[in-house]
Amino acid sequence: MSKTIVEKILSEHSGLDAHAGDIVVADIDAALVQDGTGPLAVQQLQKLGMEKAANPERTVLFIDHAAPSPRKELSNAHKILRDFAAKTGAILSEVDEGVCHQRMVEDFMNPGEVLIGADSHTCTAGALGAFATGMGSTDVAIGIASGKTWLRVPETIKVYVTGEFKNGVYPKDLMLHFIGMIGADGATYQALEFCGPTIDAMDISGRFTLANMAVEAGAKAGLFDSDETTRTYLEERGRGDKWRPISADPGATYERVVEIDVSDLEPTISCPHTVDNTREIAEVVGTKVDQVFIGTCTNGRIEDLRIAAKILAGKSRNPNTRLLVCPASKQVYLQAIEEGILAKLAAAGAAIVNPGCGACVGVHAGILGDGEVCLATQNRNFQGRMGNPEAFIYLSSPAVAAATALEGVVADPRKYL
Amino acid sequence: MHIKGKAFKFGDSISTDHIAPGRLFHLRTNLPELAKHVLEDADPEFAQKVKPGDFVVAGKNFGLGSSREHAPTIIKMAGVGAVLAQSFARIFYRNAINVGLPVLICDTTQIDQDDELEIDVSKGEIRNLTKGVTIEAKPLPDVMIKILNDGGLLEHFRKHGGFALDT
Repeated sequence: MSKTIVEKILSEHSGLDAHAGDIVVADIDAALVQDGTGPLAVQQLQKLGMEKAANPERTVLFIDHAAPSPRKELSNAHKILRDFAAKTGAILSEVDEGVCHQRMVEDFMNPGEVLIGADSHTCTAGALGAFATGMGSTDVAIGIASGKTWLRVPETIKVYVTGEFKNGVYPKDLMLHFIGMIGADGATYQALEFCGPTIDAMDISGRFTLANMAVEAGAKAGLFDSDETTRTYLEERGRGDKWRPISADPGATYERVVEIDVSDLEPTISCPHTVDNTREIAEVVGTKVDQVFIGTCTNGRIEDLRIAAKILAGKSRNPNTRLLVCPASKQVYLQAIEEGILAKLAAAGAAIVNPGCGACVGVHAGILGDGEVCLATQNRNFQGRMGNPEAFIYLSSPAVAAATALEGVVADPRKYL
Repeated sequence: MHIKGKAFKFGDSISTDHIAPGRLFHLRTNLPELAKHVLEDADPEFAQKVKPGDFVVAGKNFGLGSSREHAPTIIKMAGVGAVLAQSFARIFYRNAINVGLPVLICDTTQIDQDDELEIDVSKGEIRNLTKGVTIEAKPLPDVMIKILNDGGLLEHFRKHGGFALDT
């Protein structure tokens, strides 16, 4: 019987002929925790008397959400992860190395693999044709110790994308538009499979942005074919031998098919306080913004920083709007230095923050004041997300963010491109 | 399992940031302290008002957002007997079962703030004593009933020495 990508991967990892709705116990290839969820995972394993990692070289503990630590309680939480790594041989990703999801695709994940992570945006690695999903600390703890997890094989929604993006419109706009269309619970318990000519032509960075936000539609995973673009990405990182093609079988069963033509897509914004509260930019232009944040696992890659630098180079941010830039990883940071991007952004008035989650999680590095408005390239704008329930968060592409930093109000980037 | 208590009503899209906000990230290794702030950004007085056995009753997509298991854990620690909602976000739902917090999908439009409820979790039956109506919850998947009956995933694993989900 024909299979979706998820059904193929979970069949291979469970030894069963798995189809949507089946419950399987699957072998996992990699697991991650971060400094918000990892300490609890470690404590759960201590309670079980199973403080070990079945596969230490692909168990990765990230210190990225509060990195470097802004307070002693978190410094002590970080020690729990460092101690666990020392004891088990698991890999520790230190405060200089960046946000977990970017590092997982840069250094760890390959097509056809299974990743579970104690972070909801673990689904990012789906862009490489892997099954990657977020779970809680206890699920991931048991996955780390046993090398297995249980899963209900999800139904799949096929998202078939056609058309060419207009200048100034990006995969981020597509994803915000899609979530606005189907709702924040539109794909709950299901997987998304992105395909069609627009996806085939999309660079890997854009695919990461889409996969990263699958969970914002409620999805368990967001998957892509593993193709020549995937192969090139892995080859550039010395993992060409790990590439394999993967795609759904013709005739696979889908829960439904959503078709989107991006030809007429406009820059799209999520307004407070839910990601599915989307508007075309014309409806939001002119809204005063106190802080612009460019970075995160959604849009903190070199491609994103290049767009921001193109718009901001030689200019200055609006004096009433602060601009924070946070490269997603050390690799991105170093490349942005080499390309002169960080110098251009800093000269334009950006505060460059060390690689990691930055201001996105509301722990440090850009917490909002009462009544303040932030426009951010991250994936989530819930009330309180950036450290203050009295603040307001808008989500956009890096281009909109850069144009907004220049004008101090939400701005259409196309006049600068 | 029978639980009796009062309903605390919330709206749609209650996120994990409402339940366990990022600004309290430093309390994640101090759950009793974090539990004093449970649902604070949706109802600042909830933690003070809630009594053991009371219920959180919400609309659609309860628990959307982060994978933080701390969210259902502190709801349970606050004494909440069960969370009732029209729908749940996937990770929250799974986490709730893993930590032994009953979650019931049902028509919560028939429940108002302060209604007295009596719930039979295993039958999925909710009796609204104030309104004199009985509401049927969607049955939990078998695999989740097994984990919940064992007292959560950790206890399930301890008891069986691995996954025992009859797959």
